[in-house]
Amino acid sequence: MIKALPNEYYQQLEEIQAVDFVLMELTLYLDTHPADSHAIQQYNHFAHNSLLLKQKFEAKFGPLQQRSINQKNDFWMWKSGPWPWQI
Amino acid sequence: MWSYEKKLQYPVKVSTCNPTLARYLMEQYGGADGELAAALRYLNQRYTIPDKVIGLLTDIGTEEFAHLEMIATMIYKLTKDATPQQLRDAGLGDHYVSHDSALFYNNASGVPFTAAYIQAKGDPIADLYEDIAAEEKARATYQWIIDISDDPDLNDSLRFLREREIVHSQRFREAVEMLKEDRDQKKVF
Ligand SMILES: [Fe+2]
Repeated sequence: MIKALPNEYYQQLEEIQAVDFVLMELTLYLDTHPADSHAIQQYNHFAHNSLLLKQKFEAKFGPLQQRSINQKNDFWMWKSGPWPWQI
Repeated sequence: MWSYEKKLQYPVKVSTCNPTLARYLMEQYGGADGELAAALRYLNQRYTIPDKVIGLLTDIGTEEFAHLEMIATMIYKLTKDATPQQLRDAGLGDHYVSHDSALFYNNASGVPFTAAYIQAKGDPIADLYEDIAAEEKARATYQWIIDISDDPDLNDSLRFLREREIVHSQRFREAVEMLKEDRDQKKVF
């Protein structure tokens, strides 16, 4: 069903998962501590990181999120796997 | 609105085909204290909660859907190669005759999900106390599943989910304090 994925796929995906976890954690924290400027700084730093990591991943492995750029002009990549439960 | 990301919140690895463990995990899929109940509870309560905590309910409710997807992935991976006989031996014979190996919103005993598991009282303190209790019950359920599980790879993901319940509970407790402060200030002035 799914062709074997290169190690790089898993490595890059895990990096994104780690950074997005930090963002999720800071989001919930800031929801109840909205005036913590140190946490906001951290949030913005990791939000920028997440963007860069996703651009790198998507250029190589196709779109990770809806509304991302489709890299190929002749094939709609979003509909292609692997889906998260298939890897 | 919501938009989809083609990734799990945290990686899910399973060691072997293990339909018995999949059945236990259904408690967190379609059970009273499971992830579906959590997501639906918070995302419904948020319309009438004070503005100060709408963001928190929205964000935790959204994260619960990511947890639901992790649980679904676990159940899918643990059962996808199981034969009907293996499913039967695991106590999933009744599930098989109705659903084949499809997932369904049941608890571990096969009882289908019901909205009666959750509440929206319109009273912010009552709602948030229910949410704190829900997180503590979900945390306890994860602990019991970890204790009974024989899959070390899966336990790693389950420990992640257990920790999330602790964080959610903490944030909901802070939300209660924020609302109490507001209420007390109104009394003074
Ligand atoms: Fe939770």
